[in-house]
Amino acid sequence: MSKPSENIVEIRDLDYARGPKEIFNGLNINIQRGKITAIMGPSGTGKTTLLRLMTRQLVPDRGHIEVDGIDIARLNQRDLFQLRQRIGMLFQNGALLTDYNVFENVAFPLREHTRLPNRLIRHIVLTKLHAVGLRGAADMTPAELSGGMARRVALARAMVMDPDILIYDEPFVGLDPISMGVIVRLVRKMNDALGISSIIVSHDVQEISTVADCSFLISHGKVVASGSPDELRNTTSDLVRQFMHGMADGPVAFHYSAPDYAEQLLGRDAE
Amino acid sequence: MLRELYYIARGFLRTSGALFLFFLRLLRYSPTVLFRRFPLVVHQIHNAGALSLVIIMICGFFVGGVLGLQGVSNLARFNAEDSVGTLTAFSLLKELGPVITALLFAGRAGTALSSEIGLMKATDQLAAMEMMATNPVRRVLVPRFLGGAISMPLLTAVFNMVGLFGAHVVAVGLLQVDAGAFWQQLQANVGSSDVYEGIIKSVVFGIVASLLAVWEGYNAVPTAEGVGRATTRAVVKTAIAVLIFDFMITAVAI
Repeated sequence: MSKPSENIVEIRDLDYARGPKEIFNGLNINIQRGKITAIMGPSGTGKTTLLRLMTRQLVPDRGHIEVDGIDIARLNQRDLFQLRQRIGMLFQNGALLTDYNVFENVAFPLREHTRLPNRLIRHIVLTKLHAVGLRGAADMTPAELSGGMARRVALARAMVMDPDILIYDEPFVGLDPISMGVIVRLVRKMNDALGISSIIVSHDVQEISTVADCSFLISHGKVVASGSPDELRNTTSDLVRQFMHGMADGPVAFHYSAPDYAEQLLGRDAE
Repeated sequence: MLRELYYIARGFLRTSGALFLFFLRLLRYSPTVLFRRFPLVVHQIHNAGALSLVIIMICGFFVGGVLGLQGVSNLARFNAEDSVGTLTAFSLLKELGPVITALLFAGRAGTALSSEIGLMKATDQLAAMEMMATNPVRRVLVPRFLGGAISMPLLTAVFNMVGLFGAHVVAVGLLQVDAGAFWQQLQANVGSSDVYEGIIKSVVFGIVASLLAVWEGYNAVPTAEGVGRATTRAVVKTAIAVLIFDFMITAVAI
Protein backbone atom coordinates (compact mmCIF):
# COMPACT_ATOMS: atom_id res chain seq x y z
CA MET A 1 0.00 0.00 0.00
CA SER A 2 1.17 3.53 -0.71
CA LYS A 3 1.82 6.08 1.97
CA PRO A 4 -1.13 6.22 4.34
CA SER A 5 -3.36 9.15 3.53
CA GLU A 6 -4.04 11.86 6.02
CA ASN A 7 -7.67 10.82 6.31
CA ILE A 8 -8.62 7.64 8.09
CA VAL A 9 -12.18 7.78 6.74
CA GLU A 10 -13.31 9.47 3.55
CA ILE A 11 -16.94 9.67 2.58
CA ARG A 12 -17.92 11.13 -0.78
CA ASP A 13 -21.36 11.85 -2.24
CA LEU A 14 -23.11 9.45 0.07
CA ASP A 15 -26.81 8.80 -0.52
CA TYR A 16 -28.83 6.60 1.74
CA ALA A 17 -32.57 6.23 2.13
CA ARG A 18 -34.55 4.09 4.49
CA GLY A 19 -37.75 3.29 2.68
CA PRO A 20 -39.20 6.56 1.40
CA LYS A 21 -37.27 8.61 3.97
CA GLU A 22 -34.08 10.10 2.63
CA ILE A 23 -31.41 10.11 5.34
CA PHE A 24 -28.27 11.21 3.52
CA ASN A 25 -28.14 13.17 0.34
CA GLY A 26 -24.71 13.89 -1.03
CA LEU A 27 -22.85 13.67 2.27
CA ASN A 28 -19.10 14.41 2.27
CA ILE A 29 -16.91 13.89 5.31
CA ASN A 30 -13.16 13.48 5.77
CA ILE A 31 -12.04 12.21 9.14
CA GLN A 32 -8.44 12.86 10.03
CA ARG A 33 -6.04 10.26 11.28
CA GLY A 34 -5.03 10.39 14.92
CA LYS A 35 -7.67 12.94 15.91
CA ILE A 36 -10.89 12.79 17.86
CA THR A 37 -13.68 13.63 15.45
CA ALA A 38 -17.21 14.34 16.59
CA ILE A 39 -20.24 13.85 14.44
CA MET A 40 -23.12 15.87 15.83
CA GLY A 41 -26.64 16.58 14.81
CA PRO A 42 -30.20 16.69 16.05
CA SER A 43 -31.85 13.36 16.93
CA GLY A 44 -33.04 11.43 13.95
CA THR A 45 -30.51 12.84 11.47
CA GLY A 46 -28.95 9.42 11.02
CA LYS A 47 -25.77 9.74 13.03
CA THR A 48 -25.85 6.12 14.09
CA THR A 49 -26.78 5.16 10.55
CA LEU A 50 -23.63 6.92 9.38
CA LEU A 51 -21.50 4.81 11.74
CA ARG A 52 -23.19 1.69 10.44
CA LEU A 53 -22.49 2.77 6.88
CA MET A 54 -18.84 3.41 7.71
CA THR A 55 -18.47 -0.11 9.04
CA ARG A 56 -20.65 -1.62 6.30
CA GLN A 57 -23.28 -2.91 8.63
CA LEU A 58 -25.43 -1.05 6.12
CA VAL A 59 -24.77 -0.54 2.43
CA PRO A 60 -25.24 2.92 0.90
CA ASP A 61 -27.47 3.52 -2.10
CA ARG A 62 -24.78 5.57 -3.78
CA GLY A 63 -21.43 7.08 -2.91
CA HIS A 64 -17.98 6.08 -1.90
CA ILE A 65 -16.62 5.22 1.55
CA GLU A 66 -12.94 4.60 2.18
CA VAL A 67 -11.63 3.44 5.51
CA ASP A 68 -7.86 3.63 5.86
CA GLY A 69 -7.52 3.82 2.10
CA ILE A 70 -9.72 0.78 1.48
CA ASP A 71 -12.94 1.07 -0.52
CA ILE A 72 -15.24 -0.88 1.78
CA ALA A 73 -17.90 -1.48 -0.87
CA ARG A 74 -15.54 -3.85 -2.69
CA LEU A 75 -14.57 -6.02 0.24
CA ASN A 76 -15.73 -9.61 0.46
CA GLN A 77 -16.75 -10.88 3.86
CA ARG A 78 -13.35 -12.18 4.82
CA ASP A 79 -11.60 -8.90 4.02
CA LEU A 80 -14.39 -6.94 5.67
CA PHE A 81 -13.95 -8.95 8.85
CA GLN A 82 -10.21 -8.40 8.65
CA LEU A 83 -10.80 -4.67 8.42
CA ARG A 84 -13.26 -4.80 11.30
CA GLN A 85 -10.65 -6.40 13.51
CA ARG A 86 -8.86 -3.07 13.28
CA ILE A 87 -11.97 -1.14 14.27
CA GLY A 88 -13.30 -1.04 17.80
CA MET A 89 -16.89 0.02 18.23
CA LEU A 90 -18.67 1.08 21.37
CA PHE A 91 -22.42 0.63 21.05
CA GLN A 92 -24.93 2.95 22.64
CA ASN A 93 -25.92 0.53 25.38
CA GLY A 94 -22.62 -1.33 25.53
CA ALA A 95 -24.02 -4.44 23.79
CA LEU A 96 -22.18 -6.75 26.18
CA LEU A 97 -22.86 -10.43 25.64
CA THR A 98 -25.25 -11.38 28.39
CA ASP A 99 -24.23 -15.02 28.68
CA TYR A 100 -20.63 -14.18 29.59
CA ASN A 101 -19.12 -12.35 32.53
CA VAL A 102 -17.12 -9.15 32.22
CA PHE A 103 -13.80 -10.94 31.79
CA GLU A 104 -15.07 -13.22 29.03
CA ASN A 105 -16.74 -10.30 27.29
CA VAL A 106 -13.45 -8.49 27.02
CA ALA A 107 -11.66 -11.71 26.10
CA PHE A 108 -14.21 -12.53 23.38
CA PRO A 109 -12.39 -10.96 20.39
CA LEU A 110 -9.09 -12.50 21.49
CA ARG A 111 -10.58 -15.96 21.82
CA GLU A 112 -12.30 -15.60 18.44
CA HIS A 113 -9.40 -14.27 16.44
CA THR A 114 -6.19 -15.35 18.09
CA ARG A 115 -4.69 -18.56 19.39
CA LEU A 116 -3.02 -16.92 22.34
CA PRO A 117 -2.45 -19.06 25.43
CA ASN A 118 -4.88 -18.51 28.28
CA ARG A 119 -2.26 -16.86 30.49
CA LEU A 120 -1.55 -14.22 27.90
CA ILE A 121 -5.25 -13.59 27.28
CA ARG A 122 -5.73 -13.15 31.01
CA HIS A 123 -2.86 -10.72 31.08
CA ILE A 124 -4.20 -8.62 28.20
CA VAL A 125 -7.78 -8.60 29.49
CA LEU A 126 -6.75 -7.56 32.98
CA THR A 127 -4.59 -4.79 31.54
CA LYS A 128 -7.49 -3.42 29.53
CA LEU A 129 -9.90 -3.73 32.43
CA HIS A 130 -7.39 -1.95 34.62
CA ALA A 131 -7.21 0.87 32.10
CA VAL A 132 -10.95 1.48 32.45
CA GLY A 133 -10.76 0.98 36.22
CA LEU A 134 -12.83 -2.19 36.34
CA ARG A 135 -10.27 -4.90 37.01
CA GLY A 136 -12.20 -5.62 40.20
CA ALA A 137 -15.41 -6.26 38.26
CA ALA A 138 -13.94 -9.04 36.12
CA ASP A 139 -16.18 -11.72 37.60
CA MET A 140 -19.41 -9.74 37.49
CA THR A 141 -22.11 -10.42 34.91
CA PRO A 142 -23.32 -7.64 32.57
CA ALA A 143 -26.65 -7.55 34.44
CA GLU A 144 -24.86 -6.52 37.64
CA LEU A 145 -23.18 -3.50 36.05
CA SER A 146 -24.43 0.06 36.11
CA GLY A 147 -24.85 1.87 32.78
CA GLY A 148 -21.54 3.67 33.14
CA MET A 149 -19.68 0.52 34.11
CA ALA A 150 -21.19 -1.43 31.22
CA ARG A 151 -19.97 1.23 28.83
CA ARG A 152 -16.49 1.12 30.31
CA VAL A 153 -16.39 -2.66 29.92
CA ALA A 154 -17.54 -2.24 26.34
CA LEU A 155 -14.74 0.26 25.87
CA ALA A 156 -12.22 -2.23 27.24
CA ARG A 157 -13.62 -4.81 24.83
CA ALA A 158 -13.50 -2.38 21.90
CA MET A 159 -9.80 -1.79 22.42
CA VAL A 160 -8.69 -5.29 23.36
CA MET A 161 -7.54 -6.01 19.81
CA ASP A 162 -5.55 -2.73 19.78
CA PRO A 163 -7.60 -1.20 16.96
CA ASP A 164 -6.56 1.68 14.69
CA ILE A 165 -9.99 3.26 14.85
CA LEU A 166 -12.34 3.52 17.80
CA ILE A 167 -15.95 4.39 17.09
CA TYR A 168 -18.24 5.59 19.84
CA ASP A 169 -22.00 5.66 19.37
CA GLU A 170 -23.53 8.16 21.82
CA PRO A 171 -21.07 7.34 24.62
CA PHE A 172 -22.47 9.95 27.01
CA VAL A 173 -26.19 9.23 26.86
CA GLY A 174 -27.81 8.43 30.18
CA LEU A 175 -24.69 8.73 32.30
CA ASP A 176 -24.35 10.61 35.58
CA PRO A 177 -21.82 13.48 35.57
CA ILE A 178 -19.09 11.41 37.22
CA SER A 179 -19.35 8.49 34.80
CA MET A 180 -19.55 10.98 31.97
CA GLY A 181 -16.35 12.68 33.10
CA VAL A 182 -14.65 9.29 33.39
CA ILE A 183 -15.64 8.32 29.86
CA VAL A 184 -14.57 11.68 28.44
CA ARG A 185 -11.13 11.34 30.04
CA LEU A 186 -10.83 7.75 28.85
CA VAL A 187 -11.67 8.72 25.27
CA ARG A 188 -8.93 11.35 25.30
CA LYS A 189 -6.43 9.07 27.02
CA MET A 190 -7.02 6.13 24.69
CA ASN A 191 -6.74 8.30 21.62
CA ASP A 192 -3.47 9.93 22.62
CA ALA A 193 -1.79 7.02 24.38
CA LEU A 194 -2.53 4.44 21.71
CA GLY A 195 -2.23 6.76 18.71
CA ILE A 196 -5.58 5.76 17.28
CA SER A 197 -8.28 7.72 15.51
CA SER A 198 -11.55 8.20 17.33
CA ILE A 199 -14.97 8.96 15.91
CA ILE A 200 -17.69 10.01 18.31
CA VAL A 201 -21.33 10.36 17.49
CA SER A 202 -23.12 12.50 20.01
CA HIS A 203 -25.50 15.37 20.53
CA ASP A 204 -23.99 16.21 23.86
CA VAL A 205 -22.50 19.56 22.89
CA GLN A 206 -20.86 20.37 26.23
CA GLU A 207 -19.01 17.08 26.61
CA ILE A 208 -18.06 16.88 22.98
CA SER A 209 -16.56 20.36 23.07
CA THR A 210 -14.13 19.35 25.77
CA VAL A 211 -12.86 16.30 23.95
CA ALA A 212 -13.17 16.66 20.17
CA ASP A 213 -10.46 18.05 17.91
CA CYS A 214 -12.83 18.51 15.04
CA SER A 215 -16.55 18.20 14.62
CA PHE A 216 -19.12 17.88 11.87
CA LEU A 217 -22.68 19.00 12.26
CA ILE A 218 -25.13 17.03 10.15
CA SER A 219 -28.64 18.07 9.32
CA HIS A 220 -31.03 17.08 6.57
CA GLY A 221 -28.64 14.59 5.07
CA LYS A 222 -25.73 16.97 4.64
CA VAL A 223 -22.85 18.42 6.60
CA VAL A 224 -23.99 21.92 7.51
CA ALA A 225 -20.90 22.93 9.45
CA SER A 226 -17.49 21.63 10.38
CA GLY A 227 -14.51 22.79 12.34
CA SER A 228 -13.26 22.80 15.91
CA PRO A 229 -15.92 23.08 18.62
CA ASP A 230 -14.91 26.71 19.26
CA GLU A 231 -15.31 27.58 15.60
CA LEU A 232 -18.76 26.03 15.59
CA ARG A 233 -19.75 27.90 18.71
CA ASN A 234 -18.82 31.24 17.22
CA THR A 235 -20.41 30.64 13.86
CA THR A 236 -23.00 32.91 12.36
CA SER A 237 -25.19 30.17 10.91
CA ASP A 238 -28.59 30.09 12.61
CA LEU A 239 -28.90 26.34 12.54
CA VAL A 240 -25.47 25.78 14.06
CA ARG A 241 -26.09 28.39 16.73
CA GLN A 242 -29.42 26.85 17.59
CA PHE A 243 -27.87 23.44 17.97
CA MET A 244 -24.72 24.49 19.82
CA HIS A 245 -26.61 26.66 22.27
CA GLY A 246 -29.63 24.43 22.63
CA MET A 247 -32.25 27.00 21.64
CA ALA A 248 -35.86 25.96 21.09
CA ASP A 249 -36.45 28.42 18.27
CA GLY A 250 -34.52 28.46 15.06
CA PRO A 251 -34.36 26.68 11.72
CA VAL A 252 -35.11 23.36 13.44
CA ALA A 253 -38.74 23.91 14.32
CA PHE A 254 -40.10 22.99 17.72
CA HIS A 255 -43.28 21.66 16.12
CA TYR A 256 -43.31 18.58 13.98
CA SER A 257 -45.15 19.43 10.77
CA ALA A 258 -48.88 19.41 11.48
CA PRO A 259 -52.10 20.91 10.12
CA ASP A 260 -53.16 24.35 11.29
CA TYR A 261 -53.70 24.37 15.07
CA ALA A 262 -56.92 26.38 15.18
CA GLU A 263 -58.41 24.52 12.27
CA GLN A 264 -57.65 21.16 13.87
CA LEU A 265 -59.03 22.17 17.29
CA LEU A 266 -62.21 23.46 15.72
CA GLY A 267 -62.49 20.20 13.86
CA ARG A 268 -62.88 21.80 10.45
CA ASP A 269 -60.44 19.49 8.75
CA ALA A 270 -62.34 16.44 9.97
CA GLU A 271 -65.13 17.13 7.57
CA MET B 1 -60.94 -12.66 -2.77
CA LEU B 2 -58.79 -14.33 -5.41
CA ARG B 3 -56.32 -11.52 -5.17
CA GLU B 4 -56.06 -11.97 -1.39
CA LEU B 5 -55.47 -15.68 -1.81
CA TYR B 6 -52.78 -14.86 -4.34
CA TYR B 7 -51.06 -12.50 -1.89
CA ILE B 8 -51.27 -15.04 0.92
CA ALA B 9 -49.85 -17.78 -1.27
CA ARG B 10 -47.11 -15.52 -2.53
CA GLY B 11 -46.19 -14.48 1.00
CA PHE B 12 -46.12 -18.08 2.14
CA LEU B 13 -43.89 -19.13 -0.73
CA ARG B 14 -41.57 -16.22 -0.14
CA THR B 15 -41.22 -17.01 3.56
CA SER B 16 -40.71 -20.71 2.86
CA GLY B 17 -38.03 -19.90 0.34
CA ALA B 18 -36.25 -17.59 2.75
CA LEU B 19 -36.53 -20.18 5.50
CA PHE B 20 -35.05 -22.84 3.24
CA LEU B 21 -32.13 -20.60 2.29
CA PHE B 22 -31.61 -19.85 5.97
CA PHE B 23 -31.59 -23.60 6.65
CA LEU B 24 -28.93 -24.10 3.97
CA ARG B 25 -26.89 -21.32 5.54
CA LEU B 26 -27.05 -23.04 8.92
CA LEU B 27 -26.07 -26.34 7.31
CA ARG B 28 -23.14 -24.74 5.55
CA TYR B 29 -21.56 -23.69 8.84
CA SER B 30 -22.60 -26.81 10.73
CA PRO B 31 -19.56 -29.01 9.99
CA THR B 32 -17.06 -26.33 11.04
CA VAL B 33 -18.99 -25.60 14.22
CA LEU B 34 -19.34 -29.31 15.01
CA PHE B 35 -15.68 -30.09 14.57
CA ARG B 36 -13.95 -26.88 15.60
CA ARG B 37 -16.29 -25.34 18.15
CA PHE B 38 -17.86 -28.41 19.69
CA PRO B 39 -17.89 -26.97 23.23
CA LEU B 40 -20.36 -24.34 22.02
CA VAL B 41 -22.68 -27.11 20.82
CA VAL B 42 -22.28 -29.03 24.06
CA HIS B 43 -23.30 -25.92 25.97
CA GLN B 44 -26.45 -25.66 23.88
CA ILE B 45 -27.22 -29.37 24.25
CA HIS B 46 -27.12 -28.69 27.95
CA ASN B 47 -29.46 -25.70 27.59
CA ALA B 48 -31.95 -27.28 25.24
CA GLY B 49 -31.64 -30.91 26.26
CA ALA B 50 -30.44 -31.43 29.79
CA LEU B 51 -32.54 -28.60 31.17
CA SER B 52 -35.66 -30.02 29.49
CA LEU B 53 -35.14 -33.46 31.04
CA VAL B 54 -37.34 -32.97 34.08
CA ILE B 55 -40.40 -31.79 32.18
CA ILE B 56 -39.90 -34.52 29.56
CA MET B 57 -39.67 -37.22 32.22
CA ILE B 58 -42.70 -36.03 34.17
CA CYS B 59 -44.82 -35.80 31.04
CA GLY B 60 -43.49 -39.12 29.74
CA PHE B 61 -44.40 -40.88 32.95
CA PHE B 62 -47.96 -39.63 32.94
CA VAL B 63 -48.54 -40.16 29.23
CA GLY B 64 -47.30 -43.73 29.63
CA GLY B 65 -49.44 -44.12 32.73
CA VAL B 66 -52.58 -42.96 31.00
CA LEU B 67 -51.88 -45.28 28.06
CA GLY B 68 -51.60 -48.10 30.58
CA LEU B 69 -54.92 -47.15 32.20
CA GLN B 70 -56.79 -46.76 28.93
CA GLY B 71 -55.14 -49.82 27.47
CA VAL B 72 -56.03 -52.15 30.31
CA SER B 73 -59.59 -50.90 30.74
CA ASN B 74 -60.38 -51.03 27.01
CA LEU B 75 -58.47 -54.17 26.13
CA ALA B 76 -60.22 -55.92 29.01
CA ARG B 77 -63.39 -55.89 26.89
CA PHE B 78 -61.65 -58.28 24.51
CA ASN B 79 -59.80 -60.14 27.24
CA ALA B 80 -56.57 -58.81 25.83
CA GLU B 81 -55.13 -56.94 28.84
CA ASP B 82 -51.83 -58.72 28.31
CA SER B 83 -51.33 -56.76 25.07
CA VAL B 84 -51.21 -53.47 26.93
CA GLY B 85 -47.41 -53.46 26.72
CA THR B 86 -47.53 -53.76 22.95
CA LEU B 87 -50.18 -51.09 22.63
CA THR B 88 -48.25 -48.66 24.80
CA ALA B 89 -45.02 -49.33 22.99
CA PHE B 90 -46.55 -48.78 19.56
CA SER B 91 -48.27 -45.59 20.64
CA LEU B 92 -45.19 -44.18 22.32
CA LEU B 93 -42.46 -45.21 19.91
CA LYS B 94 -44.28 -44.36 16.70
CA GLU B 95 -46.47 -41.41 17.58
CA LEU B 96 -46.78 -39.92 21.00
CA GLY B 97 -43.10 -40.04 21.94
CA PRO B 98 -41.79 -37.92 19.05
CA VAL B 99 -44.85 -35.67 18.76
CA ILE B 100 -45.33 -34.82 22.44
CA THR B 101 -41.59 -34.43 22.96
CA ALA B 102 -41.47 -32.03 20.02
CA LEU B 103 -44.37 -29.99 21.37
CA LEU B 104 -42.86 -29.87 24.85
CA PHE B 105 -39.50 -29.05 23.33
CA ALA B 106 -41.03 -26.15 21.40
CA GLY B 107 -42.57 -24.84 24.60
CA ARG B 108 -39.56 -25.29 26.83
CA ALA B 109 -36.43 -24.98 24.68
CA GLY B 110 -37.79 -23.38 21.49
CA THR B 111 -39.19 -20.36 23.28
CA ALA B 112 -35.95 -19.96 25.20
CA LEU B 113 -33.99 -20.04 21.93
CA SER B 114 -36.21 -17.53 20.14
CA SER B 115 -36.40 -15.07 22.98
CA GLU B 116 -32.68 -15.31 23.71
CA ILE B 117 -31.71 -14.67 20.10
CA GLY B 118 -34.36 -11.96 19.75
CA LEU B 119 -33.09 -10.19 22.84
CA MET B 120 -29.50 -10.47 21.66
CA LYS B 121 -30.60 -8.76 18.49
CA ALA B 122 -32.62 -6.10 20.33
CA THR B 123 -29.68 -5.25 22.58
CA ASP B 124 -27.23 -4.98 19.64
CA GLN B 125 -25.29 -8.04 20.76
CA LEU B 126 -25.46 -9.58 17.30
CA ALA B 127 -24.40 -6.31 15.68
CA ALA B 128 -21.56 -6.04 18.21
CA MET B 129 -20.40 -9.51 17.23
CA GLU B 130 -20.40 -8.52 13.58
CA MET B 131 -18.33 -5.50 14.52
CA MET B 132 -15.91 -7.77 16.36
CA ALA B 133 -15.52 -9.61 13.04
CA THR B 134 -17.41 -12.64 14.29
CA ASN B 135 -20.23 -14.04 12.20
CA PRO B 136 -23.26 -14.29 14.53
CA VAL B 137 -24.84 -16.96 12.35
CA ARG B 138 -21.86 -19.20 12.99
CA ARG B 139 -21.22 -18.17 16.57
CA VAL B 140 -24.77 -17.87 17.92
CA LEU B 141 -27.31 -19.49 15.62
CA VAL B 142 -25.60 -22.65 14.40
CA PRO B 143 -24.59 -23.96 17.86
CA ARG B 144 -28.15 -23.38 19.10
CA PHE B 145 -29.65 -25.04 16.06
CA LEU B 146 -27.34 -28.04 16.38
CA GLY B 147 -27.84 -28.28 20.14
CA GLY B 148 -31.60 -28.40 19.65
CA ALA B 149 -31.50 -30.81 16.74
CA ILE B 150 -29.20 -33.19 18.63
CA SER B 151 -31.20 -32.96 21.85
CA MET B 152 -34.59 -33.81 20.36
CA PRO B 153 -33.96 -37.50 19.50
CA LEU B 154 -32.28 -38.03 22.85
CA LEU B 155 -35.18 -36.44 24.70
CA THR B 156 -37.60 -38.58 22.69
CA ALA B 157 -35.72 -41.69 23.75
CA VAL B 158 -35.93 -40.64 27.39
CA PHE B 159 -39.63 -39.82 26.99
CA ASN B 160 -40.33 -43.26 25.52
CA MET B 161 -38.39 -45.08 28.21
CA VAL B 162 -40.03 -43.25 31.06
CA GLY B 163 -43.41 -43.65 29.32
CA LEU B 164 -43.01 -47.42 29.13
CA PHE B 165 -41.98 -47.43 32.76
CA GLY B 166 -45.11 -45.41 33.61
CA ALA B 167 -47.28 -47.86 31.72
CA HIS B 168 -45.62 -50.73 33.53
CA VAL B 169 -46.20 -49.10 36.91
CA VAL B 170 -49.88 -48.55 36.16
CA ALA B 171 -50.65 -51.80 34.35
CA VAL B 172 -48.54 -54.20 36.38
CA GLY B 173 -48.39 -52.35 39.68
CA LEU B 174 -51.94 -51.04 39.95
CA LEU B 175 -54.06 -53.11 37.60
CA GLN B 176 -52.43 -56.51 38.16
CA VAL B 177 -51.44 -57.28 34.57
CA ASP B 178 -48.81 -60.00 34.50
CA ALA B 179 -45.34 -58.45 34.18
CA GLY B 180 -44.04 -61.35 32.09
CA ALA B 181 -46.92 -61.05 29.61
CA PHE B 182 -46.52 -57.27 29.46
CA TRP B 183 -42.87 -57.40 28.40
CA GLN B 184 -42.97 -60.67 26.47
CA GLN B 185 -45.77 -59.48 24.18
CA LEU B 186 -44.05 -56.17 23.73
CA GLN B 187 -40.82 -57.85 22.76
CA ALA B 188 -42.50 -60.26 20.37
CA ASN B 189 -44.50 -57.61 18.48
CA VAL B 190 -42.41 -54.46 18.37
CA GLY B 191 -39.81 -54.65 15.62
CA SER B 192 -36.88 -52.48 14.75
CA SER B 193 -38.83 -50.81 11.92
CA ASP B 194 -41.24 -49.42 14.53
CA VAL B 195 -38.32 -47.98 16.44
CA TYR B 196 -36.77 -46.52 13.30
CA GLU B 197 -40.01 -44.77 12.39
CA GLY B 198 -39.92 -43.00 15.76
CA ILE B 199 -36.25 -42.14 15.40
CA ILE B 200 -36.75 -40.65 11.94
CA LYS B 201 -39.66 -38.59 13.24
CA SER B 202 -37.74 -37.30 16.22
CA VAL B 203 -34.78 -36.31 14.05
CA VAL B 204 -37.03 -34.44 11.61
CA PHE B 205 -38.99 -32.77 14.42
CA GLY B 206 -35.76 -31.77 16.13
CA ILE B 207 -34.53 -30.06 12.97
CA VAL B 208 -37.91 -28.40 12.35
CA ALA B 209 -38.36 -27.16 15.93
CA SER B 210 -34.81 -25.82 16.27
CA LEU B 211 -34.84 -24.27 12.82
CA LEU B 212 -38.10 -22.43 13.44
CA ALA B 213 -37.04 -21.26 16.90
CA VAL B 214 -33.73 -19.91 15.64
CA TRP B 215 -35.32 -18.38 12.55
CA GLU B 216 -38.05 -16.58 14.44
CA GLY B 217 -35.60 -15.26 17.02
CA TYR B 218 -33.18 -14.05 14.36
CA ASN B 219 -35.93 -12.30 12.40
CA ALA B 220 -37.65 -10.82 15.43
CA VAL B 221 -38.48 -7.12 15.35
CA PRO B 222 -35.87 -5.86 17.84
CA THR B 223 -38.29 -4.52 20.46
CA ALA B 224 -39.84 -6.02 23.59
CA GLU B 225 -43.10 -6.58 21.73
CA GLY B 226 -41.36 -8.00 18.68
CA VAL B 227 -39.41 -10.56 20.72
CA GLY B 228 -42.60 -11.66 22.48
CA ARG B 229 -44.36 -12.11 19.18
CA ALA B 230 -41.47 -14.02 17.69
CA THR B 231 -41.53 -16.42 20.62
CA THR B 232 -45.22 -17.06 20.21
CA ARG B 233 -44.86 -17.51 16.47
CA ALA B 234 -42.05 -20.02 16.97
CA VAL B 235 -44.22 -22.23 19.19
CA VAL B 236 -47.31 -22.02 16.99
CA LYS B 237 -45.42 -22.67 13.77
CA THR B 238 -43.51 -25.55 15.31
CA ALA B 239 -46.70 -27.19 16.55
CA ILE B 240 -48.33 -26.93 13.12
CA ALA B 241 -45.22 -28.03 11.24
CA VAL B 242 -44.63 -31.00 13.55
CA LEU B 243 -48.17 -32.31 13.13
CA ILE B 244 -48.03 -31.90 9.34
CA PHE B 245 -44.65 -33.63 9.11
CA ASP B 246 -45.92 -36.35 11.43
CA PHE B 247 -48.76 -37.07 9.05
CA MET B 248 -46.47 -37.09 6.03
CA ILE B 249 -43.84 -39.36 7.56
CA THR B 250 -46.48 -41.77 8.83
CA ALA B 251 -48.11 -41.86 5.40
CA VAL B 252 -44.76 -42.70 3.80
CA ALA B 253 -43.81 -45.25 6.47
CA ILE B 254 -47.05 -47.20 6.18
